[in-house]
Amino acid sequence: MTFEYAPAPESRAVVDIAPSYGLFIDGEFTEAADGKVFKTVSPSTEEVLSEVALAGKDDVDRAVKAARKAFEKWSALPGSERAKYLFRIARIIQERSRELAVLETLDNGKPIKETRDADLPLVAAHFFYYAGWADKLDHAGYGANPRPLGVAGQVIPWNFPLLMLAWKIAPALATGNTVVLKPAETTPLSALFFADICRQAGLPRGVVNILPGYGDTGAALVNHPDVNKVAFTGSTAVGKAIARSVAGTDKKVTLELGGKGANIVFDDAPIDQAVEGIVTGIFFNQGQVCCAGSRLLVQESIQDELLDALKRRLSTLRLGDPLDKNTDIGAINSAEQLARITALAETGEAEGAERWSAPCELPSSGYWFAPTLFTNVTQAHTVARDEIFGPVLSVLSFRTPDEAVAKANNTQYGLSAGIWTEKGSRILAVANKLRAGVVWANTFNKFDPTSPFGGYKESGYGREGGRHGLEAYLDV
Amino acid sequence: MSETTDVKRLSVFKTYKLYVGGKFPRSESGRVYEVSDSKGNWLANAPLASRKDARDAVVAARKAFGGWSGATAYNRGQILYRIAEMLEGRREQFVREVGEAEGLSKSKAAAVVDAAIDRWVWYAGWTDKVAQIAGGGNPVAGPFFNLSTPEPTGVVAVVAPQDSSFLGLVSVIAPVIATGSTTVVIASESAPLPALSLGEVLATSDLPGGVINILTGKASEIAPSLAAHQDVNAIDLTGAGHGSDLARDLEIAAADNLKRVLRPSASPDWTAPQGTERLTAFLETKTVWHPTGSLGASGSAY
Repeated sequence: MTFEYAPAPESRAVVDIAPSYGLFIDGEFTEAADGKVFKTVSPSTEEVLSEVALAGKDDVDRAVKAARKAFEKWSALPGSERAKYLFRIARIIQERSRELAVLETLDNGKPIKETRDADLPLVAAHFFYYAGWADKLDHAGYGANPRPLGVAGQVIPWNFPLLMLAWKIAPALATGNTVVLKPAETTPLSALFFADICRQAGLPRGVVNILPGYGDTGAALVNHPDVNKVAFTGSTAVGKAIARSVAGTDKKVTLELGGKGANIVFDDAPIDQAVEGIVTGIFFNQGQVCCAGSRLLVQESIQDELLDALKRRLSTLRLGDPLDKNTDIGAINSAEQLARITALAETGEAEGAERWSAPCELPSSGYWFAPTLFTNVTQAHTVARDEIFGPVLSVLSFRTPDEAVAKANNTQYGLSAGIWTEKGSRILAVANKLRAGVVWANTFNKFDPTSPFGGYKESGYGREGGRHGLEAYLDV
Repeated sequence: MSETTDVKRLSVFKTYKLYVGGKFPRSESGRVYEVSDSKGNWLANAPLASRKDARDAVVAARKAFGGWSGATAYNRGQILYRIAEMLEGRREQFVREVGEAEGLSKSKAAAVVDAAIDRWVWYAGWTDKVAQIAGGGNPVAGPFFNLSTPEPTGVVAVVAPQDSSFLGLVSVIAPVIATGSTTVVIASESAPLPALSLGEVLATSDLPGGVINILTGKASEIAPSLAAHQDVNAIDLTGAGHGSDLARDLEIAAADNLKRVLRPSASPDWTAPQGTERLTAFLETKTVWHPTGSLGASGSAY
């Protein structure tokens, strides 16, 4: 007997997307100096959602100047006053969270279940958390009266557009910096809605500037001589280019880059919970997550049992309309990303790994990729080494805890890892040996504004979240 | 009756050697360079380390990392303190060497050596405290235990200060090893002898071989291969000079595997009390989550 689900779509009526948007500079929406625009589409339907101004070099200069001008007064405000602006922003985000969740789902393609229950609550919480720090910086462990850096140039990815904005803007403003932020080219809308929230909150002009654009806009921002701080979340290749470009300057840099997280399942793990954790680890947000558990390391003795249970579970995932409240797997963010995932999966097959995809019907328009796993994977396989950034899990096995740790650490990355076992001392011993910035034991992909997040090795440097996250924006 | 009683005894010179992997090798290149005091008088021939020496030192530092980072913080503190003890016993030697190296009077050189010994003591005390100021529990909004802990970043290459050949050197390497990283340090090019003598102290201080590896020679020759080395996790550019082309080039090379980079500061004052910046510069933060479950959910369990 199978159960059919009736469609349960969230209403689009809660969000009013304008046909066009400008750049947000010095408190006003404005056209790009050269008049260039680009279109942003809904990845689940390929429908054009809006036309957005494309910031060029001159616009970057204009925005940095506005941020520099605003910095003097903003940094001189008592922390308690800056705090209240951030508290206002947090509250307005809470009030408008349904609207923003629907908007984010439309522009990004991820399920409404996730934007509603994960992205938006975390966005509001992040502003609320850092609001409280603004007048307590003397107590943060960085000495008395720590000073802001100045103008922060921030470049964020498309996988969690508004959450990544919150991770960047909230600590920057709390510490007294002003910002110029470039959202990703495929997901500019929520950042532009955030500009409107800044207006509603009465935030002084120039404190937050939003410049939609592509990679060259980001490069112009990062390389602008009057930017004091660079914060980037995205690919390791771009992170390295940024690290090179700021060499020899006084710019402070934090980089949150790629990952190839190992999810280690020991033979005493509760299988059903582990299966849920594996699914959360790699299929949350279609696997387009830097800290995804994209390598499953399973103890040999339970491999068959675990894979059977996992495949059964994956067969029940519902892929389709991201606005449907029953949808588990939404659309891939862009045609480019879909092509990349597709190519890497083909490489996996060509190199001899065994491919299995969940049986599900893909919609005829939009960008889709069925949940997929690879078995017979060796550590040398591309699918075990490269970050795929999609719903593709590579399965490897191990016999001893030492072997599990060695395989988990055998990567250029070091962002996340998971451990599934009922044995407490084993959790602590393995967690201690893993070279990764976030370790989830008997859980996965949990986030919180109080919890520092960031990587070891080529997953970048610096931490976002918690007391640690303040350091990136202070002259300490 | 001896015929040589009025002949002045000829002193025994020391052959200065590198300190790598707990041993005292000459440079594999067989090269040396002349080291003079501030008046230009010849002091010794120091090894002119090569890029191969630098790679060997990285291998030694990597090999030592597991044991050193896995040692208890208390144990590391005891060993750092032991270094201070051994230095105190050889104080007169270092006063002479630092005086010659930096052209300081005996009393000024003594002040420098005393400060360096005290610096080891300062960092010895930090080993088992830094986790408590740099880490901690995080009150996440859910039923999870969540703990952030600082961990050593790995192998750290250090370009030691050029002008402060001993106090500056100690000030840059002690914080690196205090937190459990291991290091390959390039000593002051013009005044390398105190650094090489420090190697002899380290060898008798229970410090495992490979935790500190000391190279002498030209930073411009050796540092680029350390900055580009794929098995080095971080680099301290202090001795490359603030605003120098060398510092910029090393930072560019370091980006290739995203080394943590500590840039040179404009005018470091090695005599001033130290903060925690050099300790935390080479730490990673690991955050571990675990569900707490919930007992007594229906009411008070107290």
